[in-house]
Amino acid sequence: MPTVIKVENLSKAYQIGQIGTGTLQSDFRRWYAKARGKEDPFLKIGETNDRTTKSEGDVVWSLKDINFEIEQGDAVGIIGRNGAGKSTLLKILSRVTAPTTGKITGNGRVASLLEVGTGFHPELTGRENIYLNGAILGMRKKEITHKFDEIVDFAGVERYIDTPVKRYSSGMYVRLAFAVAAHLESEILIVDEVLAVGDAEFQKKCLGKMGEVSKGEGKTVLFVSHNMAAVRNLCNKGIILKNGELNFKGTGEEAIDAYITNQIEVSKLSLNDLERRQTRNRLRFTDICFKDENGISKKDFIVGRFLEIEVSFIAIEELYMCKTLRVDVGINDIYGNRVTWASTAMLIDKIDPEKGSVSFIIQKILLNEGAYNVNLFCESNEGIEDWIENASGFNMLFEDFYKTGRRLPERQGVFVSEFQIFQ
Amino acid sequence: MTDYQHYHWEITAQHKLLDLKLQDTWAYRDLLWLLVRRDFVATYKQTILGPLWYLIQPVFTTVIYTLVFGGIAGISTEGLPGPLFYMAGITMWNYFADCLNKTSTVFRDNAGIFGKVYFPRLIMPLSIIISNLVRFVIQLLLFLAFMVFYDFSGANIQPNVYMLLFPLLVLMMAGLGLGCGMIISSLTTKYRDLAFLVTFGMQLLMYGTTVIYPLSAAPEKYKWIVVANPMTGIIETFRYGFLGRGNFSWELLGYSALFATIVFAAGIIVFNRVEKKFIDTV
Repeated sequence: MPTVIKVENLSKAYQIGQIGTGTLQSDFRRWYAKARGKEDPFLKIGETNDRTTKSEGDVVWSLKDINFEIEQGDAVGIIGRNGAGKSTLLKILSRVTAPTTGKITGNGRVASLLEVGTGFHPELTGRENIYLNGAILGMRKKEITHKFDEIVDFAGVERYIDTPVKRYSSGMYVRLAFAVAAHLESEILIVDEVLAVGDAEFQKKCLGKMGEVSKGEGKTVLFVSHNMAAVRNLCNKGIILKNGELNFKGTGEEAIDAYITNQIEVSKLSLNDLERRQTRNRLRFTDICFKDENGISKKDFIVGRFLEIEVSFIAIEELYMCKTLRVDVGINDIYGNRVTWASTAMLIDKIDPEKGSVSFIIQKILLNEGAYNVNLFCESNEGIEDWIENASGFNMLFEDFYKTGRRLPERQGVFVSEFQIFQ
Repeated sequence: MTDYQHYHWEITAQHKLLDLKLQDTWAYRDLLWLLVRRDFVATYKQTILGPLWYLIQPVFTTVIYTLVFGGIAGISTEGLPGPLFYMAGITMWNYFADCLNKTSTVFRDNAGIFGKVYFPRLIMPLSIIISNLVRFVIQLLLFLAFMVFYDFSGANIQPNVYMLLFPLLVLMMAGLGLGCGMIISSLTTKYRDLAFLVTFGMQLLMYGTTVIYPLSAAPEKYKWIVVANPMTGIIETFRYGFLGRGNFSWELLGYSALFATIVFAAGIIVFNRVEKKFIDTV
């Protein structure tokens, strides 16, 4: 397959902090340095964009030295944590902003969907907006006319086509907007999490359309999403960005697995030393421990058996007097979906901070086989005291839950239900 | 399968100084017309008088100017009927001022769209120039109607062959408005201060132009300011061609033309430079 997009040494720097105050002077210095052939004094190459550490300079590298190639017909999922540079990469690919260094070459028309309904004017009718939006996305008028009926049909807004879109429900608005974009005549489609909108049925329709586009029509799709399930369904290639650098490239499945492993690795640090948290330093989580019914700490648990989550913390005396104090444990699946949540606030108003730990005892844990991550959260009546996302994780294993020797097939839900059958 | 080589593209950090991307802009010509249409339709949705507002505004301004500057202040109109004299100035000045005002906020007004989709950015200012042209033509027809009316009622109007310079005058005004507007809009992405300057700066500039007085009535001491203003040459030529009054000279017009060309070229250069990265700072 021929290469359609080639990215070489791509970097992008952003100026952080205040822009506009005092920049006249720095602009002048920058210009003066340039005029003498020196390098820009405000661009310090070599700093990574880790938002959890404070940078020395005013410039942050949102993307650093990215290289990759995309072949025709590939559906590429771009994944990474917030702030990893995904959106910046898409913005550069869509030519909304220019890179600081490096270049991208490509073949084929690019349609980018960083947002649905860009340029929609509330006063114009659905019909007028289809034309306007289509033209903004790069379609010729006759192309739009040619596809008009298809677009209206896909969006399901025949009745309202001559009504100003300001009278549309938000669902109709989004459907119409996506419909226009989905019917673009382009060889390369760039999509940024726009599917986070609309109802489930419509999301399915959009994903279906995108799958159709990449598999059936041989178009190239670049897709940024936090929804691993969507990436898994749609993408045959995957790229992981981490702090602005290319961390991994491979098939879609491999990328998702690597991303998940990476997330769990992050949580191997001692909780006390973890800086990736939001705290006021009055209370600090120091440890989290998963135990079985014998009090033995471990990482793997059996579906339907006992699980104790012990959370340790240290608190300063000032906190002893507060009115309420709660500790929450949120359990997420590997795709970041919250599957369950336990909070002391469900049972009591205030835990005793002097005790230094609190245990959640779950007699029968009904989570299905798989890996889970745990978020820790502590709040007093005066606000958030400590908050750590992905503090730790544990695994669930399936072991003859139904006492029949039969196993649950894969991907049949997050929860295992206990049930009897009658006839 | 589409011919892939046909759509070869490249994204780099560098760019050429005077790259107008005309080919790209031409490919988006449908968008240009749709934007002009949008401006026209959207502005007068839910109004009763609709496009009539295009006419009401200059008529009222003319009446006020006739009363204040002609009636109270008694400024010379070179023997022309007051309304005709003022309307000539107002019609021309409005076109220039509207082009400049609207283009000077083009980056800020469209940050939402510019931040999400690529299309040749030049389309936006161009659509402003054309939308305003529609309005200008309507106002011009009103002016011509006034001319016919005053001609029949015996006023001394002498339209002459210099009228043929009119298309050139429009082009110059568009170039000036677009050029200045683009320079200002490019600078306001970083320095917001300029936005404040434009609003009252345009008011002041109007008094430095021969809108409410003829060039001959400008005091000798300050005449150079009025002459240095490139709009003076344009308005004076317009009055001379259509009404037969005013100060026409090829030097004055040539100066305006040169000024417009330079400002237009500078505008394009600055606009092109800013266009690529403004979204990071706006």
